[in-house]
Amino acid sequence: MSEYSERLLTETPHKSAAQRLRLVVFIIAPILAILFQVYVPRFLPFLAYLELPLLLTIHFALLRREPVSALFYGCIIGLVQDSLSSKPLGMYGIVKTLVGYFAASVSMRFAIETPVITFILSFFFYFFHQFFYWVLARALLGQMVNFDPQQTLVFGVLNAAVALPLFHVLDKFKVAQ
Amino acid sequence: MESFLSRYRNLTVLLIVIAGQLLLLAYQVRTNRDVRLIRVWTVSTVTPMAQVLEAVRQNTFGLVENYFVLLGVREENQKLRRELGQQKIQNHFLRTELSTADRAKALSAFAQETPSKTIAARIIGDGTGPNSATVFVDRGSGSGIERGMAVITPDGIVGKVVESYPAASLVQLITDPAFAAGVVSQKNHIHGTLKGLGHSQAIVDYVQNEEKVDVGEWFYTSGYDRVFPRGFPVGQASVVRNGRSVKEIYIRPSGLVGGLEEVLIVLRGVHQAIPDNAPSSTAMYIAPAPPDSGGDARPAGQPPVLKTEADKIRGEYQAIGAWENHPYGALSSKVPDFNVKAPAAALPQTVNPASKPGEPARTGERPNGIEAKKEGAKPKPVATKVNTGATSGPLLVTDPTDADVTDERALQSTLSAATREAKPQASAPARIPPAHARGAQTRDRGAAAAAKPKSAPKPPAIPTPDQR
Repeated sequence: MSEYSERLLTETPHKSAAQRLRLVVFIIAPILAILFQVYVPRFLPFLAYLELPLLLTIHFALLRREPVSALFYGCIIGLVQDSLSSKPLGMYGIVKTLVGYFAASVSMRFAIETPVITFILSFFFYFFHQFFYWVLARALLGQMVNFDPQQTLVFGVLNAAVALPLFHVLDKFKVAQ
Repeated sequence: MESFLSRYRNLTVLLIVIAGQLLLLAYQVRTNRDVRLIRVWTVSTVTPMAQVLEAVRQNTFGLVENYFVLLGVREENQKLRRELGQQKIQNHFLRTELSTADRAKALSAFAQETPSKTIAARIIGDGTGPNSATVFVDRGSGSGIERGMAVITPDGIVGKVVESYPAASLVQLITDPAFAAGVVSQKNHIHGTLKGLGHSQAIVDYVQNEEKVDVGEWFYTSGYDRVFPRGFPVGQASVVRNGRSVKEIYIRPSGLVGGLEEVLIVLRGVHQAIPDNAPSSTAMYIAPAPPDSGGDARPAGQPPVLKTEADKIRGEYQAIGAWENHPYGALSSKVPDFNVKAPAAALPQTVNPASKPGEPARTGERPNGIEAKKEGAKPKPVATKVNTGATSGPLLVTDPTDADVTDERALQSTLSAATREAKPQASAPARIPPAHARGAQTRDRGAAAAAKPKSAPKPPAIPTPDQR
């Protein structure tokens, strides 16, 4: 490993810009997001594509710029989602752990304040999330979960579009570290 | 080592967390989905909030929705009242529709009807995950719900309880790919295994190609899976074709048609026989026969009155005998003259279709010139004959074992029918006849006035078209 790459892994150029959410929002927002995912599609089925817990994980990771806290955040949200599903615990947990880690790692190295970057990252991590879940379901559980790439791409765009105003609202609750 | 861990701290933590979750995952798969404490905690945290939201929604939006529904019903009823004739029938029909549309009542009626012990539950949320075919219901272990209990609706089976929490339960729908249940076809009792496909249909597996299953044939639970009691409807076969080794039978689950709101959880199942007829999807209200539809009206619970040609002839002869004061079965009585045509009042309604109930009985004339009795002006009710004579009277009852009917309920039925016939104006409720019948009724009123009992109240005079 070169000196430059080591410095990339150890040093965080955007660390100074790391921020945090208010504690209340930090706790309430994931619960509301999971409640939304459980309850709202019953009456508005066309909103079932929204993966708000994932968007919150991405937002937290981009905001905190700390891979460890981001991966734990994604892990907890994923495990809660697993608890509300009929699948074994850990499927969403693993996927969201990876999303939190990679999102935080990306935010440490790139300026992610612009909406375009936020849109691209949200789109990418949604696709990554769905694809990796499909891989895990096939590899670990042996289940045939439907995965339609075209549909996933469309849903990724929609989730990324929702992520922009959502992140904007959540940014109003952040506190400078 | 420490420097290594500090340098790759993030990656190390990531690997530890992933490994921990993989171990957790592997442990669960091996033990076949035991309930974990974290599931109990999270479900106990989330489901009460969903219940509160559902209660708020029902008390706000539900009230507004019910208000508009009631407005529509009221306007519809007012419009129906302005119409003539069939308005009341339509009104009854709508009320029946409304009552049958109430799912809670339907569930309650079904729960009372079915021999299995059930408990009603409301769906409060969907399970997470792609291809999710699981739902949460608001009944849990606190209500006696346990894993493996069947979940049904009056239309068919819905799924089974896969997890039971204190205040909620997770129900796996029959469309879930992991679902399986034993089913049997209605006609030929072909056994198979129902499996979910992840979408709106399910498949019946393990049915040999040699077996005969028709498209549209109903499938019922067989009871051999020890989850669903035998005899509950599953659905109709939409596609039946031969496969490589077994038939491919696709089922439209009847329990999931029209969406799910309330369900029944079978606490203690009772096996039932496979019905011979296909289950009706919706309950249909069948109105009782109108009282003036030809004499078939009888109080509920009384034996049916059969009308055959033999009954008509028998009734006619008994009417003649009653008119000539001949008690059938008596030794010292003269044989009645059956060639005489009995007056219309003495004849049963089915013998003389021209005489309508509500119209006064007209006096008959004997063909051989004998004057009819003057009782025609005030016809003697046939029921009097029936009541006084044990075997006389126009009793339109066919008994396959004995011609003489001794059933007291049948006698009472005939008595009440004859009483209605004798006093039609006094007992009939005030109703407006149809427009096309009003003229005929007015024309017949002159003839009816002669035969009407004097004690009956006089109806208001309606001018005939000629008088106008």
